[in-house]
Amino acid sequence: MKTRRTLKGHGNKVLCMDWCKDKRRIVSSSQDGKVIVWDSFTTNKEHAVTMPCTWVMACAYAPSGCAIACGGLDNKCSVYPLTFDKNENMAAKKKSVAMHTNYLSACSFTNSDMQILTASGDGTCALWDVESGQLLQSFHGHGADVLCLDLAPSETGNTFVSGGCDKKAMVWDMRSGQCVQAFETHESDINSVRYYPSGDAFASGSDDATCRLYDLRADREVAIYSKESIIFGASSVDFSLSGRLLFAGYNDYTINVWDVLKGSRVSILFGHENRVSTLRVSPDGTAFCSGSWDHTLRAQPQALLLEVALPGLEPSDRPGPSAPVNLRGRARTTCKTTCSGIKMGPVSQKLPKPAFQSTLFK
Amino acid sequence: MAAGPASHGGHPRAQKPHLSKMERMVVSMQDPDQGVKMRSQRLLITVIPHAVTGNDVMEWLIHKYCITEEEALHLGTLLVRHGYLYPLRDPCHLELRLDETPYRFQTPYFWMSTLWPAAELDYAIYLAKKNIRKRGGLFDHEKEHYDQLHRKISHTWDLVVMQAREQLWAAKQRRKGDRLVIACQEQTYWLVNRPPPGVPSVLEQGPERNSCTAGRVQMTVDFYRREVECLRKALGRARVKSSVCLEAYLKFSSQRGPHDPIMSGCLPSNPWVTDNDTYWAMNAPSAAVPTRLRVEQWAFSFRELLEDPVGRAHFMDFLRKEFSAENLSFWEACEELRHGGQAQVPALVDAVYQQFLAPGAARWVNIDSRTMERTLVGLGRPHRHVLDDAQLHIYMLMKKDSYPRFLKSDLYKDLLAEAVVPPETKRRVFPFMRKPRHSSPSPALLPASASREPSGGDGEA
Repeated sequence: MKTRRTLKGHGNKVLCMDWCKDKRRIVSSSQDGKVIVWDSFTTNKEHAVTMPCTWVMACAYAPSGCAIACGGLDNKCSVYPLTFDKNENMAAKKKSVAMHTNYLSACSFTNSDMQILTASGDGTCALWDVESGQLLQSFHGHGADVLCLDLAPSETGNTFVSGGCDKKAMVWDMRSGQCVQAFETHESDINSVRYYPSGDAFASGSDDATCRLYDLRADREVAIYSKESIIFGASSVDFSLSGRLLFAGYNDYTINVWDVLKGSRVSILFGHENRVSTLRVSPDGTAFCSGSWDHTLRAQPQALLLEVALPGLEPSDRPGPSAPVNLRGRARTTCKTTCSGIKMGPVSQKLPKPAFQSTLFK
Repeated sequence: MAAGPASHGGHPRAQKPHLSKMERMVVSMQDPDQGVKMRSQRLLITVIPHAVTGNDVMEWLIHKYCITEEEALHLGTLLVRHGYLYPLRDPCHLELRLDETPYRFQTPYFWMSTLWPAAELDYAIYLAKKNIRKRGGLFDHEKEHYDQLHRKISHTWDLVVMQAREQLWAAKQRRKGDRLVIACQEQTYWLVNRPPPGVPSVLEQGPERNSCTAGRVQMTVDFYRREVECLRKALGRARVKSSVCLEAYLKFSSQRGPHDPIMSGCLPSNPWVTDNDTYWAMNAPSAAVPTRLRVEQWAFSFRELLEDPVGRAHFMDFLRKEFSAENLSFWEACEELRHGGQAQVPALVDAVYQQFLAPGAARWVNIDSRTMERTLVGLGRPHRHVLDDAQLHIYMLMKKDSYPRFLKSDLYKDLLAEAVVPPETKRRVFPFMRKPRHSSPSPALLPASASREPSGGDGEA
């Protein structure tokens, strides 16, 4: 996998990035307060605005592509409408939407430009109306800073998951403000959460150098992605379009690619010269972009992976190594349950009935 | 070293996990049986024991963790950069060289995890020592620091110089080998704590995070009541067996495999690889003729059909033929309400009611009586979620009834047949001839009406 585009222009650590729905534009924010909108295909910068605060840790692109939101140490989330009018100063049209009592760690638009979901270092998440800046719903329950959030791709579109420094990942109902489910198996801060494309599970990356997959219907952790040689925390995770691969950026300057179903690492990517702070797969899955503290963003397409032999992904006539995977999990109920490993057969294109043996007690 | 452990201000957070892991790794590397091969290194006339070479370290890492050379080198470099390994010869750059350069393991006194704040006084003493030992031995950035510190703590500068002289004199009493080792250790410590310009500091961790829970959540009766409620709900929740869930992932991933550019490539070509954006043009939201993969995707789930504007339009056509188009229109209107601005809520609720729910309305939707009653009651105090029940009812109706019929209909079959399968663009023979990358109009330039369409979902299909 080769870096296809390197976006240089930030003078300082890149902290966050987001893709536009048009699959080529991205917005990125950095430590010195600069927020830049790029067309990453041509590597042109289209807009740039300087926030009045440093450490802009959150930025998001509106679904319509007409606005961006960002925030950081100023405890606020501001929305900037994007304009091409040369006479207009982007900062003039800035709308201050969210108010927290501590730094803003993550923000995301919901299905439209009108609502923003934010997560903050004050331990809460909140849903805001962009137009009026009104607080629509707040979500309390984390015992420490909330570091990340992700909206569920579900039919009713009503839930989201957040992860924080209290090692918990919590799923919230946006309508009632209640916590629906909570998962606490990580050993350190959860830096990043991302839903599996079907919406039935989510992955989290944490400072304990592991990524874990939690299933919502089974209400437990179902997989751990870790390796003894990986000792630095994962700062950012994202799934490929089909959910087969999990891309995770780590604080040891590398990106590891995990096979979600087998639990093994497919590949490791080098190239950044400082920690990878943010990683997102493009909306159509053709590439992913990683931003790092070495002041650059790199867009890397995924097609080249085909040239590398991926065991188990080729059609079934290929006798790939079919190591059974042990997806161990610990039930999160209050009673102590013991569960043995769940073995899965080899994955092939024709989906035979896998031989499962699960002696899991509810 | 003159410095003693300074008192930590307040409650320090638990030490970063990666430091303790690195330390465990380094300790196991020093194990006499299983660790890295140690040897005595001869430097001019002194012999330094317990030295290792970069190659040995790399081989040990490869052997122990079953990783590639590249990764082992990277890991070894990180160990050196964090000061757990130091080169014995000329340690001015912290990197793992694969030649015969000897390295040693840093003494735990200087490990990063001790969290001693590297005080200015200590740094001043160190620089003074270096200056005294060898005139002009300071690097540029060190000279700058030296001058800065001189200005800052000029009142105690005598103490600094005196300490430096004391330490140098004490060092002279030691054997040459020990002297060299201690000097290298100290130099490495300061290289980590005061990196030269251009070298990223490994100490930077970003903004302070607070994980202290005690001060945040009040342990009141209320809190425990909520906890009990939460746990009771958790116990009563119906759980699906993990095996069923895992099977679902298998099915999902294998179904989406051909649609994932990473698994199966994309036709005509991945724009990032060939600089040709035809793929995006063909799959644009408003493309006239959808590709075959796209049409197939509509059969995966109802949500994905609705998320695709072209799919939704065709579904609407189908519903018109079945005289149930008002269902989809009602659903769309409810979506607009749910995700719209707060100020528009009352007006929208009213409009929806007039158009879809009022008795004798122009496009009356068929909702069951119980839901209708509940909705009408809720309309008294309109809020953005008042139509949620009705919307869900209609959504399920479409999903269970109209959607399967749509997939079996001639309309859909014709779409599948007409869908285009773009030919693969051949790899260019001369890769040096770069095609110009076309820029595309920014969505921000589109007229406002086109952008107000609420796009469903988060893009992940």
